[in-house]
Amino acid sequence: MAIGDALLARARDIPVRRAGRSTRWTTVGLGLVVVVLAYLPYVAYTTVTDRLVDFLMLLTMATMWNLLAGYAGLVSVGQQAYVGLGAYAVLQLSDWGVQPYLGVLLAAAVCTVIALPTSLLAFRLRGDYFAVGTWVIAEVYRLLIVRDGDLGGGSGRSLTTLSGLDHTLREALTYWVALAVAVLALLGCYLLLRSRLGLALTSVRDNETAARSAGVDVRRAKRVVYLVSAAGCGSAGGVLLVSSLNVHPDTAFSVQWSAYMIFIAVIGGIGYLEGAIVGSIVFFAVQEIFANYGSWYLILLGALAVIGAVWLPRGLWGELRARTGAQLFPLRYRVDTPVTAATPVPVER
Amino acid sequence: MSSRERPLDRTTDAPGAELLSLTGISKRFGKVLVADRLQLRVGDGEAVGIVGPNGAGKTTLFSMVSGDVAPDDGEIVFGGRTVTRLGAAARCRLGVGRTYQVPRPFENMTVFENVLVAAQYGAGVRGRAAADLALAVLDQTGLLPIANRHAGALTLLQRKRLELARALGGQPRLLLLDEVAGGLTDPEVEELAGIIAALRASGLTIVWIEHVVHVLVRSVDRLLCLAGGAFIADGSPEEVLRDDTVREVYLGGGPELTAVDTAGPGEVAP
Repeated sequence: MAIGDALLARARDIPVRRAGRSTRWTTVGLGLVVVVLAYLPYVAYTTVTDRLVDFLMLLTMATMWNLLAGYAGLVSVGQQAYVGLGAYAVLQLSDWGVQPYLGVLLAAAVCTVIALPTSLLAFRLRGDYFAVGTWVIAEVYRLLIVRDGDLGGGSGRSLTTLSGLDHTLREALTYWVALAVAVLALLGCYLLLRSRLGLALTSVRDNETAARSAGVDVRRAKRVVYLVSAAGCGSAGGVLLVSSLNVHPDTAFSVQWSAYMIFIAVIGGIGYLEGAIVGSIVFFAVQEIFANYGSWYLILLGALAVIGAVWLPRGLWGELRARTGAQLFPLRYRVDTPVTAATPVPVER
Repeated sequence: MSSRERPLDRTTDAPGAELLSLTGISKRFGKVLVADRLQLRVGDGEAVGIVGPNGAGKTTLFSMVSGDVAPDDGEIVFGGRTVTRLGAAARCRLGVGRTYQVPRPFENMTVFENVLVAAQYGAGVRGRAAADLALAVLDQTGLLPIANRHAGALTLLQRKRLELARALGGQPRLLLLDEVAGGLTDPEVEELAGIIAALRASGLTIVWIEHVVHVLVRSVDRLLCLAGGAFIADGSPEEVLRDDTVREVYLGGGPELTAVDTAGPGEVAP
C-alpha cells in the first residue's frame, strides 16, 4: 500500500548476494578437512580415532547447545536428557533388531518425537526457570530409564550386538558414524540458519520483542530449534553408546554433558557456528594435556570459563570475527548498493 | 499499488471505513491506571496525532494496539476483526506496523536484513519478492546507501529511520509511530516528516505519538490529547491545541502560549 510500484521496480535491479568471494575456498577447505578426517582410520591407530570420536561427539553436542542458546536464547542445563535418551534409544532399537549404527541416526528421530511434548512443558518456563526446569526434566527421564529393568535399570547395560564385528572395523565404523553425525549437525545448523527461518532466529536472538512485532512467530521458531537440538544431542548420545559399548543412566544423563556444552560454546563464542568448532578444539586440547592432573584439571577448566566469560564475552571466534571479519559459514546478505539510489522517486498515490 | 499474497486474510474495507476501533480499553500497572475505558476510532486513510504528558499512557496504548501488552478490559477491532487476544506477530501480519520510541534494531544484523525479516514474516512475501520489498522500503526511507551496515553501528537518526523502515517492511495498513522525531535535530525532523507525509499521501493510515508538536500539527488530520489514561480532547489540531484543558495538562502554559499552532521550529516539551 505505502510502497509504490516505481520503488519496487527499481528494487528489482539491485542484486542481493548471500556469500562473499572467499566462500568458495572456504568450502573447498572445509570439504578437504572432512575428507582427510574420513580417511584417517586407514592410516591412524585406533587410539587416535578413538579420541577423535569423543571430540566429534562433543562438537555435535556443543553445536546444538550453541544453536539453542545462541539463536533461540534458550539456556538449557538439561540437554543431557537427549544424550541419555539417544543412547538408550540405540540400545532399545538394537534389542528390536535394528543395527546400532543405523540406530544412531534413528535416535535423532526418537529424540525429536520425545522433545515435542517436552517442549510444551518446558516452554511454560522462562529464563532461569527454563534452565532449572530442563535439568529437572532430564532427571525425570533418567528416573524413568532406571525403572526399566529391560534396559538395565539403575546399573546400566552393555550393547552386545556389535561384538561380532572385528575390533578394528568396529572402531573405524564408530568413528565414521561419529564424523557423519558431527558433519550433519554442523551442516544442518548452517542450512537452518541460512533458511528463511534462520533469518527469523537471528532476529529473535537480537531482540525478541522487535522480532515479534515484525511478524515473527517467536514461539514456533524456538520450538523448531529445541527439536533440532534434541535430535543432534540424541545422535551424540547414540555415538556415546556405540563407542563405549555400555551405558549407565548416571553417566548418560549426567549434567556434565550440559556443562561441557556450555563451556565449549562460551569459550568458542555463543551465536557463531564456528564458535562450537573452536571451543571444542580448545576443550579437547585442555582435556588431553591436563586430564591426568585430577582435580587441578577441573579447576583449570573452571578458571578458563571464568576468564572467557569476563574478558572474552564474545568468545574466541567472536573476538576473531570482530577483528578480522572472518567467517567459515557465510550467513549474511549483501546488497550491491547502486549509485542511482540517491535519486528520489516520487511516491504515487 | 502492489497486490501480494498475505499469510492472513486482510479484509479490504471501503475507503473511509473504520480501520481501528478501541472500545472500553483499560489497563492498570499496579496502582497506576494507564488506560481508563479508552475509546478510539481511526478511519481508513486517516492520520491521527496523539499528544499528552509523559506517563499519560501513550506508549502503552500503542503496545495494546500492536499486541505487545494485553489490555485488562475492552475490545480492539482492526480491519473488521476482533484482535484483542491476538499476539503481536499475528497483528503485524494482519497489517499493524509499529515503531518503538527507543529503537529496537536487530543489532547484529544488517540494515537490509532488519527490514527483510519484516518483509518475509510481516508482509508474508517470499524469496526475491521479499528482497524487492525490503529494498524499496530502504530506498523510500533513505537507508539504501547503508543497507549493508550493521544496525548496531547506526546513529540515532538512522535507528529511527530503521524503526520506520522495518514497520513499513511488514506492509502495514496501519502505521503506529512512537516519537520518531524525538531526540533529532530540526533538519532531521524535517526529513523524517517528509517521508511520513509521502506515506500519508499514498493512503496509509497513521497514528503518531509525538512531542515535537509543530511537526505533528501539520502532519495529521486529527489530534487527540491523552492524559491520565483518558482522552481529554479530540478534534482538529488547531482546536485541540486551543483547548483550555489541553493547555493546562499538556502544554502547562497560560493563554499566551499560541506559538505552537503551525510554524516555529522549537520543540514543545511537556
